[in-house]
Amino acid sequence: MSALLMTVFVPLMGTLVLAGIRSLQLAGRLNLGFCATTLAAALGLALRILQGGDLTGHGFHVDAFNVYLVVLTAFVGLTTAIFSRPYMAHVCREGRVTERRMRLYHSMFQGFLFTMLLALTTDNLGVLWVAVEGATLATVLLVSLYRTPESIEAAWKYFILCGVGIALALFGTVLVYFAAQHALADPSRGLSWTVLYGEAARLHPTVMAIAFVFLLVGYGTKVGLVPLHNWLPDAHSEGPTPMSAVLSGLLLNVALYAVVRFKMLVDGALVASDQPGIAGELMMGFGLISFLVAGLFLHRQRDIKRMFSYSSIEHMGLMTFAFGIGGPLATFGALLHMLVHSLTKSAIFVTVGHASHIAGTQTIEQIRGLIRTQPAVGWGLLIGVAAIAGFPPFGVFTSEFLLLSATMQSWPWLTSVLLFGLVVAFAGLFRHLHPMVYGKAPEGQQPVAANMLPVMVHLGLVLWLGIAIPAFLAHWLDQATWLISGGHLL
Amino acid sequence: MILTQLTLVEQAVFVLAALVLFLSFSILAQARLVAGIHVFAWQGAVLAGATGLVALVDGEPHLLVSAGLTLALKALLIPWMLHRLVRRLELERHLDPLPRPAVALMLGAALVIFSYWVVVPIERLELATTRNILSLSLAVVLLGLLIMVTRRQAVTQVIGFMSMENGLFLAAATATHGMPLVVELGVAFDVLVAAVLFGVFFLQISESIESLDVDRLNRLSAWEDEP
Repeated sequence: MSALLMTVFVPLMGTLVLAGIRSLQLAGRLNLGFCATTLAAALGLALRILQGGDLTGHGFHVDAFNVYLVVLTAFVGLTTAIFSRPYMAHVCREGRVTERRMRLYHSMFQGFLFTMLLALTTDNLGVLWVAVEGATLATVLLVSLYRTPESIEAAWKYFILCGVGIALALFGTVLVYFAAQHALADPSRGLSWTVLYGEAARLHPTVMAIAFVFLLVGYGTKVGLVPLHNWLPDAHSEGPTPMSAVLSGLLLNVALYAVVRFKMLVDGALVASDQPGIAGELMMGFGLISFLVAGLFLHRQRDIKRMFSYSSIEHMGLMTFAFGIGGPLATFGALLHMLVHSLTKSAIFVTVGHASHIAGTQTIEQIRGLIRTQPAVGWGLLIGVAAIAGFPPFGVFTSEFLLLSATMQSWPWLTSVLLFGLVVAFAGLFRHLHPMVYGKAPEGQQPVAANMLPVMVHLGLVLWLGIAIPAFLAHWLDQATWLISGGHLL
Repeated sequence: MILTQLTLVEQAVFVLAALVLFLSFSILAQARLVAGIHVFAWQGAVLAGATGLVALVDGEPHLLVSAGLTLALKALLIPWMLHRLVRRLELERHLDPLPRPAVALMLGAALVIFSYWVVVPIERLELATTRNILSLSLAVVLLGLLIMVTRRQAVTQVIGFMSMENGLFLAAATATHGMPLVVELGVAFDVLVAAVLFGVFFLQISESIESLDVDRLNRLSAWEDEP
């Protein structure tokens, strides 16, 4: 329990402490320290779950499904903090942000991690909502950190769209609570996920189905599902790059996590009704549309960070689709994909941050010849994109292969659609990537001080996951698969 | 359901819920910013009244806390903040008329019918009142959305957003007798922070485009116009 409390509340402490630290140097170091402590606590928690099984109590619930996301969140938080320290110092020297705003930045970085971890570990569906909304509130001022008209526009869109989405999710949550009141002996516990999961079959199926529509649309806005995705490219492209890395790598995952938790309840409630698979089918539809549309939009991008945020939409769509299919194989693939996508995408955003510092712009047409100017950044970008596009031997290939096999098993005719989407996305990424990496470098382009350690660690892990998934991790994912789909894969 | 079969208090809750919906319509049709803020404040007060009434009937003290929070936040604090901002940005006489009021109101009416249609399948549950109240609150939520879609002014959009949340509170208080206290407090905290952030944004937006007409926030879509 203490590991759990530390994991969640160290970032909260960080939020409060960093709000009062003036020195930029010290704040950057403390930020690192808080992230490292959180990761250590998260690893301790994971070990505890691995040995002793689920942990429930005091309003928290940790099982195999969320503990791996907790570790992932803490890990990406730490590596992003490592990247963020010199990067934001550079931004500060350029005079794009003031010292006060840097305090806001560091404090909200920790605040964001706190809300993510709270959303992942809480057992209470209402608190889950509060935490996910809190994540929006923590990041919205960071999106407009540079105070350019574009960034303010992006932040406004992010705020309004996610606010509306999340309000619909609250309506869904109220409906779930409403259903619980008529089914449970003790209605006051009607928002506890574990209680609801145990009694899922007694929940009123129609109410749950209507609730799921609201929840999918609501949390789906945060996942970035088309047609509710408009905020995502704007917020990712205008905010500071470390923020883009954690938004893409973590926030989208947490929103999808919420959808999957609710799907588990709804599936349980609808099992005896005439449409038992409606939740999965809705997710498949939304996911597939997002996957295809985002792949096409990749071709039309002119801003490098916008391009990669469309790639995030594409991958989130794929995961939503896979969770929608259900079944052990698809679920295992989706869980693995969540993991490798987060690692790869945050590595890419870190590299993109360096690349845009080298070129002094985020416009794709003006970023040229990275590999000549600074080979580490050029290669980092090339390898990162190769990984995210699904090249073997990287982990994304493994998970996409699993997802394709799962589709082949249950919906064979959709396989060709998926393959088409993958090819379109691949072409979209590489047509922009090639000139950026290999093109002729403009006169006088200078290398910048870049810390590629986070990128190397992330891509190394993704490579490792592609070649051989370690036994304990496979076992772990299999446990989570069993929780979600009711069957073991291994 | 026959209205006269209900107890007087239930009827009162019902009337108040309907009044919340009516005030949503009146926000939708209101062209003057300041008047819109006032109607919104009244909506908060009516909502707090409905919540308080349910609390008294059920004898649930935590609902009273929720009613108090609603009154403090939605009827007093947030309208006051909005009012102050409007004065500071010198928008008191600003008009943000609907482009086609008749169409918007018809659409609103259609949304109410739609909300009733959505709730029709929940027939088994014993209380016909809860069903009605669910559809009423869903209609308030959807009307809030409609307000946000049809308006161009940042302030009116925020009013739409907040009145959407009033719909959610109405559903939570009347259909489920209030969410657990920790959730209520969390939601209230989020609403408060959101209100403060909205204020910050008004200032940022008006600094950057010298107006609060969000239609003029359109630079980012230019990034994708390549053929």
